[in-house]
Amino acid sequence: MKLIKLKIAVLAIIALAVPSLAGGVETVRIRDCTWCHGTSGQGYSIAPRLAGQRHQYIENQLLSFGEHTRDNPFSKQYMWGAAAALSSRTAHDLAKYFSMLPPKAANDGHRELATRGRTIYELGIPDANIVSCLVCHGPNAEGVREIPRLGGLEYSYLKKRLEQWGEGYHAAAAYPMPLIASKLPSDVIEALASYLSFVK
Amino acid sequence: MLNEGRGGRIMKGISLRLALPTAILAIVAILAIAFSAAGRADDMGMAASSKQGLRAKLEYCKTCHGLSGQGYHGYFAMPRLAGQQTKYLENQLRAFIERRRTNPVMFNVAHAISPSMLTALAAHFRDLDPKPFGGAPKELVARGKPIYEDGVPEANIAACSACHGPEAKGQDEIPRLAGQLFPYTIKVLTNWSKERGQGPASDTSAIMTPTAHNLTRSQIAAIAAYVSNLK
Repeated sequence: MKLIKLKIAVLAIIALAVPSLAGGVETVRIRDCTWCHGTSGQGYSIAPRLAGQRHQYIENQLLSFGEHTRDNPFSKQYMWGAAAALSSRTAHDLAKYFSMLPPKAANDGHRELATRGRTIYELGIPDANIVSCLVCHGPNAEGVREIPRLGGLEYSYLKKRLEQWGEGYHAAAAYPMPLIASKLPSDVIEALASYLSFVK
Repeated sequence: MLNEGRGGRIMKGISLRLALPTAILAIVAILAIAFSAAGRADDMGMAASSKQGLRAKLEYCKTCHGLSGQGYHGYFAMPRLAGQQTKYLENQLRAFIERRRTNPVMFNVAHAISPSMLTALAAHFRDLDPKPFGGAPKELVARGKPIYEDGVPEANIAACSACHGPEAKGQDEIPRLAGQLFPYTIKVLTNWSKERGQGPASDTSAIMTPTAHNLTRSQIAAIAAYVSNLK
C-alpha cells in the first residue's frame, strides 16, 4: 500500500514536471525527436546530441530542413520528413526545450589528437590560412546565439559535418563555415573533432 | 697511306681543337639559356605565388572580418576593416606582434603576414566600402551624436570628431570609426588600458587613455551606437 502510494506520488510529480519542462510543447512532439536523439537529448548513433544546443541554432536547422537547404544524406533521409510538418512555433518550442537539457560530453574522439585539436581550435593555423574556431564558437566551444555549441558533440558527427562542406553539401548558414571547412585537411578535421568531443 | 694517315690525324687534331671550344661554347650557351629561362620562370613563379598567396590571405582575413570587410559578430565581435586607414591597420598588426596590443589570436595571425603582404592587405581593405554591419540599439544613436561631435567638457571628454573627423573616417594612425561594430567599439573603449599600449614600448594609443578612462559605460554605448551607423 505504501509502495503504491509512493508510485502514484512519483507519477504525479513526473506528470506535473514534464509539461512545465517542455515549456508548452506537446509531449508527443518531444517524443518524436527523442526516438532518435535519445530520451535526454544526448544523441544516439547518427543522431546528434541536442541537449544544451543553442536554441536559435536548433530552430534555424529545423527551418532549413523544411526548406531543404541543409542537404546532407542523413538530413534528406530523416530530417526533411521530420521537419516538414513543423510549424515555426513548434520548431521554436522544441528548440527551447532541448536547449535547456544539460549536455554530456561524448568523449569518443582520439585522445592523442586532442592537444593538437585544441591548439587549432584556439589559434587556427595562420601559416595555412586556417582561422581560429574560438572567435565564433567561444572559449569553451559553448556557442552563442545562432552559433552552435560544439563542445562534447560526438566525434563522428563533428567529423562528418566538417567533411560535408568540402563534399559540396550545404548547411543552414552560408557564411562563414563553407569557406572554412571546405579547405580543412582531413588530419585537421580529425584533430578538431577529437578535441571537441572531450569538451565539457 | 702514311701521309694520308698522318694528314688524317692532323685533320682530326684540328677538328678536335676546333670542336672542343665550340662544344664548350655550346654548353655555356645552353646553360646560359637554361639558367635565364629558369630565372624568368622563377620570377614569374614568385610573382604568381605571391599573388596567389595574397588572394589566399585575403580570403583568410575575410573569413572572420566579413566577405567585404564589414566585420562579423561571432562569439567575439570582429572589427570592420573596410575603409580603414592603412597606417592604423599596419600599426595595429605590428602592435599585436610587439605585444603592445594583447590578443592571442591576432598575435599568431599577425606573425604569418610578411611586411609586403601587410601593405597589400591594408590597401585592399582601405578601398572596400560596404554598408555598416548594423545592429546597434536605435535609441542610443541620438544620444551618441552630441558626445561624438562636442565631447563632454565637464567630464574631461574631448570631442571624438576632433581627431577621428566629423565623418569618423580617421586619418593616418587615427582609426576610422564609421561603420564599426557596436559591440566591438564598446569592448575596445571599456578595455582600453588593459588591451592597448601594453609593455614598455611607446604606443600612440596613449592619446586615448584619459578619454577612455573618463567615459561612463552608457556614454561608451551611445558613442558606439552612433559611429556604428555612419557610412
